[in-house]
Amino acid sequence: MKTEAGMKTEAGMKTEAKTYLASLLAAHPALPGGPAAWLARLRAAALERANALTVPTTRDEDWRFTDLSPLYKTAYERAAAPAAPDRAAIEQRFLPEAGGRLVFVDGHYSAELSTPQEGDAYVGTLAGALRRDSAQLEAHLARHVDFEADPFAAVNTAFLQDCAVVHVPGGRKVERPVQLLFVATQAERVAYPRVLAIVERGAELTLVEDYLSLTDAAYFVNGVTELAIAENASLAHVRVQRESDKAFHIASSVASLARDARYAAQSVSIGARISRLNHGIRQGGEGTDCLVDGLALIAGRQLADTHSFIDHAHPHGRSRQLHKCVVDGAGHAVFNGRILVRKGAQLTDSAQSSRNLLLTGRAHVDTKPQLEILADDVKCAHGATVGQLDPEHVFYLRSRGLSEVAARNLLTYAFAAEVVDRIPVASLRGWLEAQVVERTHAKEPGG
Amino acid sequence: MQSKDGRTLLEVRGLKATVAGVEILKGIDLTVRAGEVHAIMGPNGSGKSTLAKVLAGHPAYAATAGEVLFEGADLFALAPEERARAGLFLGFQYPVEVPGVTNASFLRLAYNTVQAARGKDELDPLEFDDFVREKMNLLDMDVAFLDRSVNEGFSGGEKKRNEVLQMAILEPRVAILDETDSGLDIDALRVVAGGVNKMRDPGRAIVLVTHYQRLLNYIEPDFVHVMAGGRIVRTGDKSLALELESRGYDWLLEGDKAAGKAVAA
Repeated sequence: MKTEAGMKTEAGMKTEAKTYLASLLAAHPALPGGPAAWLARLRAAALERANALTVPTTRDEDWRFTDLSPLYKTAYERAAAPAAPDRAAIEQRFLPEAGGRLVFVDGHYSAELSTPQEGDAYVGTLAGALRRDSAQLEAHLARHVDFEADPFAAVNTAFLQDCAVVHVPGGRKVERPVQLLFVATQAERVAYPRVLAIVERGAELTLVEDYLSLTDAAYFVNGVTELAIAENASLAHVRVQRESDKAFHIASSVASLARDARYAAQSVSIGARISRLNHGIRQGGEGTDCLVDGLALIAGRQLADTHSFIDHAHPHGRSRQLHKCVVDGAGHAVFNGRILVRKGAQLTDSAQSSRNLLLTGRAHVDTKPQLEILADDVKCAHGATVGQLDPEHVFYLRSRGLSEVAARNLLTYAFAAEVVDRIPVASLRGWLEAQVVERTHAKEPGG
Repeated sequence: MQSKDGRTLLEVRGLKATVAGVEILKGIDLTVRAGEVHAIMGPNGSGKSTLAKVLAGHPAYAATAGEVLFEGADLFALAPEERARAGLFLGFQYPVEVPGVTNASFLRLAYNTVQAARGKDELDPLEFDDFVREKMNLLDMDVAFLDRSVNEGFSGGEKKRNEVLQMAILEPRVAILDETDSGLDIDALRVVAGGVNKMRDPGRAIVLVTHYQRLLNYIEPDFVHVMAGGRIVRTGDKSLALELESRGYDWLLEGDKAAGKAVAA
């Protein structure tokens, strides 16, 4: 009897999951025929793949702690471009440091709000990029993120239309950060943000991906980011997810590093009811160096899940990873940090640290370092801590006159600051510092 | 005894306290007047540090009997931060590291919080910078400490100097320095002691909790108390410290044990 009930449940979950994906795909519009046949073939292949896949449930090992059934309850339609987005509210989020800026509202490119660039470096839409160099795009688009086994990446690729493209030619340094702003304004709609950045040999770029919301409602953002970093090139990548507290945000971000390439990433998750970031770093040559920092700052009933995968496939690679979670209320943070050191990746130097701060007794974290080391001459260290604020620290600050709340605020801020301080854009750092204090001490939603 | 203004700042009467249900302080009586320097000595486990923490309001320590008056008011009615604002300072034996917060912002936050509570003017970052640099000079501290995280990566001596700096900034009525001399080499001790001596004031009292007589070569106390088994077993002037240096604690402890037995019998 028990088994039967169990099987029914599983069958029920599968059906729900299958139906969900089908309903997303049913909304598949006839996309305008692009100028490139290869792009149409890519979309068609992704669509076919999406039709063959089912979305994950907690029975999948990779989604054990992240239950997407609240997402599957509603099949959101793809958002139409909003008639008149709140320009002032969006401009408020513009980073003053930024040079090139692309704004996408509900997944649609906004020419009025964007500052594209077409000189040494290209910062613009897919359409423009196709006119410049279709073959280069073909060589990179959907070549870094694998949609074969990932239904969300497959659906994103099937719907690929407005894509942010940043291209930096060899040896050029883009002095000012490029900001990509993805704004959600409509309730119960889905958007498919897509980013492709190509940093050529010896070039340098700072890229800020910023996801934000002008609505408090539920919606779904399903994003894919691909970053190609050529030989001896350098990319600083900041990703800030500040969706509405009711939103669902699922994204894959993959960086491919050629020989001697450098990649420094800070990914911050603040918003969304359920968020999942699949962060992949693939080493495609010797001597790469990557810094993969994460910060989840959640409260209420939020769930923030980061699955990272650093793939060391060549010798002399170095990776540093610091992932921090600050969990308030009944929030739930998940971190799975996979590091693979392949057989040929001798003299890899890798260190991973997962540190978690629980601000209440109901806050929860699941953290799992996952090291697979197949080479024999490597240096790999990892560690994880989960704890509350140290009462000795609180007392120390109180003994200097700070109230208990002020002491806890300062210590919480200090915990998060280690990641925030590494963000190379001052205005974003300042904004996040304020958020750390505000978010961790705001009243719980509905509480 | 030197002549002081004699106002009682801290009055401890019959204080008993427990940690995790274990009684550590078994009846302490201590009167500290303005202008005085008291040294509390004693072997490990005698309750010296517990006394310091109970007075500062450490939440792990519970006072179970007796009372403490701070400038005539019930000290235990005050939260730790209120005690600090009222003018009680504890220099920590093991100062806490606070990564991510610069010493400058921490010191200014503490200073302004206490100033506001005392109805005095707060300082903006520039004004505070001048103010704190002057204090740091007294302690022979490198201003580079301002930009470093609070106590993070500081040596033992640097942490203790940072404690005395906080005392100098917060200008307490009663400063309790818990083993501020432990782990210091002679040069550092001289600097720290010099800083403490500059804080001596007819209106302020200083209580030195120390394991070593050495500190008292640099800071001359008015009273020396010896603690053992959670009680003050002997009080004298600075000559008592010298006696302890030459004879050790055993002669006092034996007396204490004998007294304990006598009571038990």
